[in-house]
Amino acid sequence: MPGLEDLYREIILDHYRNPRNRGELESPPAHRAEGFNPLCGDEIVVTLLVDGDTVTDLKIGGQGCSISQSSASMMSAAVKGKSVAEARGLVKAFKAMMSIHEAELDSDGEPDEVLDPEAEPGAKLGDLEALRGVVKFPVRIKCATLSWNTLVNALDDLES
Amino acid sequence: MSAGPMNDSRTNDSRTLDVATIRADFPILEREFNGRRLVYLDSAASSQKPRQVLEAMDRYYETTHANVHRGVYQIAADATHQFEAGRAALARFIGASDPEEIVFTKNVTEAINLVAHSWGRTHLAEGDAVLLTEIEHHANIVPWLQLQQERGIELRYIPVDDDFELDLTDLDRLLDGVKLVGITAMSNVLGTIPPLRRIIDAAHAAGALVLVDGAQWVPHLPTDVAELDCDFFGFTGHKMLGPTGIGGLWARREILESMPPFLGGGEMIRDVRLDGFTPNDIPWRFEAGTPPIAEVIGLHAAIDYLDALGMDAVRRHEVELTTYAMEHLTGRFGDRITIHGPADPTTRGGVLSFAFGDLHPHDISQVLDQEAVCVRAGHHCAKPLMRRMGVGATARASLYLYNDESDVDALGEALASASDFFAF
Repeated sequence: MPGLEDLYREIILDHYRNPRNRGELESPPAHRAEGFNPLCGDEIVVTLLVDGDTVTDLKIGGQGCSISQSSASMMSAAVKGKSVAEARGLVKAFKAMMSIHEAELDSDGEPDEVLDPEAEPGAKLGDLEALRGVVKFPVRIKCATLSWNTLVNALDDLES
Repeated sequence: MSAGPMNDSRTNDSRTLDVATIRADFPILEREFNGRRLVYLDSAASSQKPRQVLEAMDRYYETTHANVHRGVYQIAADATHQFEAGRAALARFIGASDPEEIVFTKNVTEAINLVAHSWGRTHLAEGDAVLLTEIEHHANIVPWLQLQQERGIELRYIPVDDDFELDLTDLDRLLDGVKLVGITAMSNVLGTIPPLRRIIDAAHAAGALVLVDGAQWVPHLPTDVAELDCDFFGFTGHKMLGPTGIGGLWARREILESMPPFLGGGEMIRDVRLDGFTPNDIPWRFEAGTPPIAEVIGLHAAIDYLDALGMDAVRRHEVELTTYAMEHLTGRFGDRITIHGPADPTTRGGVLSFAFGDLHPHDISQVLDQEAVCVRAGHHCAKPLMRRMGVGATARASLYLYNDESDVDALGEALASASDFFAF
């Protein structure tokens, strides 16, 4: 059985206690998307501003557990200042890290290279690597991915 | 077979539960996780099953299984007999005089959907009002919202006050023009037990029928639908020691007879021609297709189990344990823990939703799981109530007849671990 330290890494708790880019941007001009986890009631509101091709500002609203909130906070820090294409690359890399097959849940080892986010060229997850332990707690994966799915909706809204 | 909970309770009023003996009947409670025994505090979501229920279902499959209401041969006749005996036992258990007023459904959700689809579509028109409460489970809100979209009915809600009780100040005004009142007998989030009889009497005086959601009531207190004087009563088997997939709707005969079938198929017809059909009598009119036979037999065994304990004894045990839990948790954690729901354990159910420090319920539940303590975290399918309370989610520990003070103590220890881990 994986231990709590696998899930609640120090940096996760730090982002939970001191969330970055907290709030909501006025929309419009900001693009806005809401995400819900119907299982637990967590809610995420992503508002973002884009100038040319760059995400110049991004804020996170809503409420939820430490995993959903810290993931959103780290996401906001990682995406801010990036191009839209880079942001989408990060989404892809993060979701690759969060995807895991049944068989791997039995092993104590780290997920293998196939799931390595570095396979996504140019995407550096950095602090977000701390969330890797979440895959050992499958129920919580949806918590970690909620903000990222919401970001995708905001980006889709932007490009539609 | 026993004569039903009301009679039992009168003749065995002083009985107490022997929890150690009861626990030995529940195989799952023997499981261990990392050397820790399972502490199951999520019976409001689904109860565990005693050996007697599991064995009754096995015995049926091993000796008697055949489809019901069809075969001439012996085991088919036996299966039909056992199936209908389950219906009769259920009727007795909830105080219904006529087993044919019991319609088997999958659960309360299906029972309420049956009422909304069949009774609602034939008795409600645009502008008619349905009165619900703010503490309802989604199962008693969404079917009516669907009917609102389809038929343009009006929905109203009895509000909940800051003491987590229903605010009946405006009841008469809210009831004006209402055709149906839908109300829970016990909140699955707060443990609140509304003054049903008062609301039912007022509803009847205003010309409305009353549907009671008994999901959280029937497993925990003596039930008497005749005394309650409601019109529809839904219940579910898996929260009362029975298997999943079986529950039911009770309604008065004349009401059921006024309702068209909900699902069409075999079993629910008397005659079928190429150009039409004649529906069966109640209750089979509402039971299209092969029913969950083994589940009915399992539920019957659950009822026998509860009858043998006595529902008054079950209630007394839960009041005592709820009292202990509220005192123990607030005594140990002070203002770091907030228990949502009525403060008096004698007027509420053993459903303890709580907030603990600033920890999110998901995180609480995760840490508790490390100590094999099972509590629920989330909105408990009551999002309107969560919004009213101003929270996104709660953690919820719910007590049942196989829990005792040691389970509450284990919850306290696990919460202390959570407090240590998150350093608050």
